[in-house]
Amino acid sequence: MAGTHRHNIDSEISITYITTSRKLTAVAALGVTIGIAIYIFMNSMAAGFSRKSDASIFKNVPHIRVYKDDEISTPLSPATHSGSLPLIVNPRVIPESQKIINPDQVLALLKQQPEVVIATPQVGVDVFYNSGRTQIAGVASGVEIAEADKMFSISETIVEGSIQALKNTPNGMLVGVGVASKMSVKTGDNITITSSRNVTKVMKVVGMFKTSNSNTDKTKSYININSARQLKQESPSYVSDIDVNVKDYDHAPAYSQQLSFLTGYKAEDWKAANETLVAAGRMRTIMINFISLSILLVAGFGIYNILNMTINQKINEIAILKAMGFQGRDVVRIFVQQAMLIGGVGIIFGLLCCSTMIFFLSRVYVGGDIGYFPITYEPEMYARGILFGLIVTFFAGYFPARKAANVDPVSIFRK
Amino acid sequence: MQPEIILQADKIGKYFYDPEKFRVLNDISFQVNRGEFVTLVGKSGSGKSTLLYILSTMDTDYDGLLTIQGERITGQQQQRLAALRNEKIGFVFQFHYLLPEFSCLRNVMIPALRLGKYSRKEIEERAYAKLKMLGLEDQALKLSAKLSGGQQQRVAIARALINDPLIIMGDEPTGNLDSKNTGIVFDILKDLAHHDQQTIVAVTHDNDFAQKSDRTIELQDGQVISTRKLY
Repeated sequence: MAGTHRHNIDSEISITYITTSRKLTAVAALGVTIGIAIYIFMNSMAAGFSRKSDASIFKNVPHIRVYKDDEISTPLSPATHSGSLPLIVNPRVIPESQKIINPDQVLALLKQQPEVVIATPQVGVDVFYNSGRTQIAGVASGVEIAEADKMFSISETIVEGSIQALKNTPNGMLVGVGVASKMSVKTGDNITITSSRNVTKVMKVVGMFKTSNSNTDKTKSYININSARQLKQESPSYVSDIDVNVKDYDHAPAYSQQLSFLTGYKAEDWKAANETLVAAGRMRTIMINFISLSILLVAGFGIYNILNMTINQKINEIAILKAMGFQGRDVVRIFVQQAMLIGGVGIIFGLLCCSTMIFFLSRVYVGGDIGYFPITYEPEMYARGILFGLIVTFFAGYFPARKAANVDPVSIFRK
Repeated sequence: MQPEIILQADKIGKYFYDPEKFRVLNDISFQVNRGEFVTLVGKSGSGKSTLLYILSTMDTDYDGLLTIQGERITGQQQQRLAALRNEKIGFVFQFHYLLPEFSCLRNVMIPALRLGKYSRKEIEERAYAKLKMLGLEDQALKLSAKLSGGQQQRVAIARALINDPLIIMGDEPTGNLDSKNTGIVFDILKDLAHHDQQTIVAVTHDNDFAQKSDRTIELQDGQVISTRKLY
């Protein structure tokens, strides 16, 4: 029987078809090149944007915030045993419910979790900055400044003074530039603040910060956590929130459930806290995916068209090949291979093309706190581009090839 | 010695359905022995080409029974039929159907590469030998499109011969050739039958061609009217 030697005659034929019609091949490959380049480029750009916008979210928001949610008293306490009366009260927030009990233990527990990178206590206080008769409402955030800096990159925003100075000064305070200008204070000056618990304290300005958000600059200040406890008239172990950063912030929602279960307090991830921003980001990703995929699809139609044309031209040759014993799957292989070769060449040039575009765009300075255009070589987007490129070219080849495989040679020879 | 039966048709019948049901072949039965050069003749519409395509295994829509070298062909899978054609049947058509992008040599090699019985080097040598036998050794490396009609038809014959097929089937193999080339092609086919014991079944409407063959089967209105036509 036949078949002791395997000759790859199918590829030989498809390669010959490609090399003898270079112009058509080049046009089809160029379509794929453009499609792939735009697909990867646009998706890398979208990835850069969302990374940038996530980064700006994480300047104010931790990946996960652990806190005690307000608890409302149950309006009806049913009778516990026969003879006692059920108790009805007005539902209201239970006082003292906002604090985390035994925060050191909770903190230690959180830090033990393998996916937790930073866990740091926080006490937020609503305050008035007093300057003579003017009072400016704002928020003083009581933090362990070294850990908070790791989490929110505060030092990047410092324009005067330093983080270290706050650590060294028990009643020190880092204020936003907006607050400073309204109060007309500079580093070294004193400021009087009054808390919502009506505690007044004189603080020393040890530095100023400027973020990209002017509202933050006009209201926010960082103080040592102990000062915040004093402003709230709380004990030295009082903690209202624990901020947690995890290794992979995309998985924060899953971790937050886990942490909530572990600690018994509410753990809110950044996605839940910033739903609008997250939804907008998702919308942008979908849109860009949709547009770039359609461009890739158009490139696929280019290959489809050219193969259809080739097959119509070569219908006699397909018939004789089938007469000589080539099977349907040989014919499919010939034309699918042709499509894949065209697609492969197109993909390679597309990768070069989009790498060049990313190279130049990443060196464009756009200013603001964005700096250089936020685009990098995204391996995931490259992988997806190659994968979709191959899928599209496969089907662009498969459908015409199947048609060719179904050619009835007799009907061709009888014409 | 009893001659070996290569091809056997038993009550082959076929209908055409377009534009209306019509019986083109009616219980055709005959057999062909090894080394015979048989021609199928008949007026146009007599069903001779239809019969040839059934014999060639490409048309599977018929009644009756077809056997090639003792193997029942009727009802076989397309895949098996393709492999069988590759190994056992060589085709020569009125038109050469060469692949214009390939050299003559590679055109001849294609069916052998598909079969995979020999190494590439052996196939190349064999293809070259076939071309030489047909007087085309000088054209071997030229693109097939650059050759004259007669030469192209001879390349097509070389391609039909490359796997040493049991049967060579021709559909008007000299239909497009002038009398000189017709003579050459006929002599080649006759030599193949008588010298190399290959079986040849060819449809023709050229009476001279038919007359010189070993045996002529004549069809009329889908019936065999003679399996041994005398001139």
